[in-house]
Amino acid sequence: MTSATLHDIEAQQGAIADYNFAYLDEQTKRMIRRAILKGIAIPGYQVPFASREMPMPYGWGTGGVQVTASIIGPDDTLKVIDQGADDTTNAVSIRAFFARMAKVRTTTHTAEATVIQTRHRIPEEPLHEGQVIVFQVPIPEPLRFLEPRETETRKMHAVEDYGLMHVKLYEDIAQKGHIATNYAYPVKVKGRYIMDPSPTPKFDNPKMHRSEALQLYGAGREMRIYAIPPYTDVVSLDFEDYPFEIQHFEEPCALCGGTDVFLDEVILDDQGGRMFVCSDSDYCEDRRAHGHRGSLSPDILDGASADGDKEGTEA
Amino acid sequence: MNKAHTSDHLPKSSLVPPRPMDLSEKPLLQVRSVSKYYGRRVGCEDISFDLWPGEVLAIVGESGSGKTTLLDCISTRMTPTSGMVNYRMRDGTMREVFRLGEAEKRFLMRTDWGFVHQNPADGLRMTVSAGANVGERLMAIGKRHYGDIRETAADWLEQVEIARDRIDDQPRAFSGGMRQRLQIARNLVTGPRLVFMDEPTGGLDVSVQARLLDLLRGLVAELGLAAIVVTHDLAVARLLSHRMVVMKEGRVIETGLTDRVLDDPQAPYTQLLISSILQV
Repeated sequence: MTSATLHDIEAQQGAIADYNFAYLDEQTKRMIRRAILKGIAIPGYQVPFASREMPMPYGWGTGGVQVTASIIGPDDTLKVIDQGADDTTNAVSIRAFFARMAKVRTTTHTAEATVIQTRHRIPEEPLHEGQVIVFQVPIPEPLRFLEPRETETRKMHAVEDYGLMHVKLYEDIAQKGHIATNYAYPVKVKGRYIMDPSPTPKFDNPKMHRSEALQLYGAGREMRIYAIPPYTDVVSLDFEDYPFEIQHFEEPCALCGGTDVFLDEVILDDQGGRMFVCSDSDYCEDRRAHGHRGSLSPDILDGASADGDKEGTEA
Repeated sequence: MNKAHTSDHLPKSSLVPPRPMDLSEKPLLQVRSVSKYYGRRVGCEDISFDLWPGEVLAIVGESGSGKTTLLDCISTRMTPTSGMVNYRMRDGTMREVFRLGEAEKRFLMRTDWGFVHQNPADGLRMTVSAGANVGERLMAIGKRHYGDIRETAADWLEQVEIARDRIDDQPRAFSGGMRQRLQIARNLVTGPRLVFMDEPTGGLDVSVQARLLDLLRGLVAELGLAAIVVTHDLAVARLLSHRMVVMKEGRVIETGLTDRVLDDPQAPYTQLLISSILQV
């Protein structure tokens, strides 16, 4: 996180730079860093900040990119995830953006990264001390769909008037027999602020609790930044007789055989064929590299020949 | 009717009400010289009265006389231009309501106070079920057991004559009278000591009005609620209230026991108001 400019770096390489290091100008970065520091000081509190126009549309991670740009330094290693995968459009272009604008090393390996920008997932591999995970947040206000007035929701946060949040969970149980909120599941941070964990599946909520890594949340369109410092209590809201539960999957990952991971459903054909694979592509690849195999791994299918093909369509 | 009551008609700035209920009790609510101006227009001016625990006070007057302004000022939905409102908290201390912190005020409003709006849509969440509407106050004060909340909500629905099996229906699917009864249940579930009602029977047809009044009378007596009821309907005042305040052009022009005011009105305006009731 030094103040080396892109100019310095490119000058060494004999190129001409038109942009400041990591795209944003230094004044903007200072402003965002102040918001981040305030967010860390008040865990779960939404700090307003003067969000800038970014060279990408709102909803593509403008908040996360601004947070990343403000904290990243030339010696950082960046990983970008979109829905768990490193190879989807959003992840590829943001990674390319920082590779070009900050000349940082990029990686797809969770353990190697110092800064991880993510959309909708927390990696399966536990994060460790010194890592920063930056979330892209579309709607930072957990009470938004219950109380449309921002003036009112800010007051509700201020005086801890949170009965309404449980009204939502009550309605879920009354209508569907269980808490049907599966993503953006509200949490209480350090016993004080109710926070929207961005649209991560509730499967990832337990990973936020006392996480070793610093968690930063940026909402560009809504102009809010919030944070959870390392080792902070994060509790998912629930009822005494309807406790919080994460999603459970009946079968392991079809490629790496992993269990207790969040799986994506992949449609194979229009005959109803489908498979479930790890949503975290890096975790899945790593397991396969270590010799783990699932029911639809190519080498297993080859070995099983005709049987394997049959199995493939039935799975 | 009763000669002793004629002394109730006092100058408007020093209205000391008769003591209708328990003489040993201290007042629950004190309103002192409350005025509200909208720019240069008068909303209500120099209003003072006391309310005792378990007492129902009706504020009557024609449309535009400042009744609702006064109610909003007392219930902290609006800040008066001048004057003071004191409330006896559950611990017995008298607190000035406009000096309470926002958190304390909100807590008071969802536990010890209730507010029944004329239009139920203003007081209900129309897009969540009846059960959640009743349960919201319970959850706001920290109840976290779904089964208990639901059971309490169902009991309250029964008390206000809404079938238990309507608990998961949204108020949008309810008739006007049911919505109003649901609003009452939602307010009473935390056992408040003071309920504000703004035209609780407005917009309902007469037979529904009668049943609602019957229900309110029962609940108020059973629970020992104190209430301030704003109404332009003198029959509502007659049925519900112990005491009455008559307003005109933002000022109180007469106050006294309900029966006395209605049967022996002193002020010319009150006489006019009472003689204007249609006789069928």
